[in-house]
Amino acid sequence: MIEYLQILGQEIYKIIFLLVPILVSVAMIVWLDRRVWGLVQKRRGPNVVGPFGLLQTLADALKYIFKEIIIPASANKVVFILAPIVTMTLALVAWAVIPMSENLVLADINVGILYLFAVSSLGVYGIIMGGWASNSKYPFLGAIRSAAQMVSYEVSIGIIIINVLLCVGSLNLNEIVIAQKELWYVIPLFPMFVIFFISALAETNRPPFDLPEAEAELVAGYQTEYSGMMYAMFWLGEYANILLMCAMGSILFLGGWLPIMDVYPLNVIPAPLWMILKILFLFLLFALIKAIVPRYRYDQLMRLGWKIFLPFSLIYLVLTASFLFYFDKLPKVSI
Amino acid sequence: MIVHSIFFYFFSVIAIFSSLMVITSRSTINSVFFLILDFISVGCLFIMVGAEFLGMILLIVYVGAVAVLFLFVVMMLNVAEQKQSWFIGKKSTHIPTGLIVSVLILLELLVVVGGWKYKEDLMSSSKLILSNVSNTHQLGLVMYTDYILYFQLAGVVLLLAMIGAILLTFRERVGVKKQSYINQISRNPSSSIELVEAKSNQGVKVDD
Repeated sequence: MIEYLQILGQEIYKIIFLLVPILVSVAMIVWLDRRVWGLVQKRRGPNVVGPFGLLQTLADALKYIFKEIIIPASANKVVFILAPIVTMTLALVAWAVIPMSENLVLADINVGILYLFAVSSLGVYGIIMGGWASNSKYPFLGAIRSAAQMVSYEVSIGIIIINVLLCVGSLNLNEIVIAQKELWYVIPLFPMFVIFFISALAETNRPPFDLPEAEAELVAGYQTEYSGMMYAMFWLGEYANILLMCAMGSILFLGGWLPIMDVYPLNVIPAPLWMILKILFLFLLFALIKAIVPRYRYDQLMRLGWKIFLPFSLIYLVLTASFLFYFDKLPKVSI
Repeated sequence: MIVHSIFFYFFSVIAIFSSLMVITSRSTINSVFFLILDFISVGCLFIMVGAEFLGMILLIVYVGAVAVLFLFVVMMLNVAEQKQSWFIGKKSTHIPTGLIVSVLILLELLVVVGGWKYKEDLMSSSKLILSNVSNTHQLGLVMYTDYILYFQLAGVVLLLAMIGAILLTFRERVGVKKQSYINQISRNPSSSIELVEAKSNQGVKVDD
């Protein structure tokens, strides 16, 4: 029992060292997002608070903390309060399995990728709960839209993951990274990478798929009735989810913490830095797309998910499997 | 070991409590939330006995997809009002049907679990090869070799169910404008623009 408590103590220490950097980087990434958005539109973006405006998000957070939390009279109070908590917890919990280097991972579990997929598919609950509990039209419509959208894009993300798993032969995230030592999967599976990226945009409700919070028609979607710290928690969870999707993309396709090439000046750079660079690269793409692509119409979004991405990724799965089978490259199981 | 059993009882108490709450709670939304809690705690129990793959798949399929649809349906239809009329109406057939189904399920469970407990060679199952191979590999090795027929059969049954559900809800609607991307792209001036000589005082009749 005491032994167990000691282990627990060590784990809590590790968890804090994982969570604090994530929360700080979420704050920084919000700044980066707004900054890129501004620069694309030839504005300056946030540049007043702190050097280059870096502390803007902290100022915003402070503002949110001091704002009043308003709970609508007709809302289901328990579910209303639970919704942002669920969103943020799920977004942070998923980071437990993300390997920053071969040893720098909180939980190196066998079914890491399934865990990631499961947690990201639970993310929809925060949104549905928030939308329903608000007991108001716009949030409810936003929640319905987002649930349909997230469920449909998850299907193609699942099949894309199967594509990668066929090449690796393991569900462990570290082994997925190590299997890409020779060749990053972005090269043989490039179409899958593109589809994964677009599905990740839809999964995290980012533009051009931000219909759940389309401000022109739904005010702010499921967040309409939220204020103060609860709104900020939705917001934090959303950005933590975006970072998570970027991390997932870099692990599945860009070789995770591996350097670009195993040559002298590149392999000196520590592994976590490579991981961070790849996540940042993917996030920059996310931010650019937010700034330059117009919003999709809802039926186009559904058509893209079910009629294009799903059949295409299924066909590519068959192709990958046949290629691996024909050239006898399927991963072997040693019994 | 103590910690292990503490966690086991923790999760199983939550599972039993929430499954009771599913059938007793007044609000249907709450019962769906308790159902989700039940799925999650059963998933945790699966992970605790080492069936990590099953636990995760339970989370993905049931919590991530099935329960979302449940929640959807419950939120969209006002089931709470219907539920009242279920019990008040005297000709209600829901309770007898439910009783018959649950008795059948109980009998099935008795046969399977009892048979497995007291007659080990009831089903000729190939034993799982226990070595350092991971859980997922073991499952795949059994499912795609000895039980491939049943596995594929289950897939076909699910496919049939899906086609049936689509057929039941599918109806051809008239008067709906559909966007055809091919038609849009293949339009050219000669096929879409027509020059009409308009006579004075008569105008042009445009048919759409």
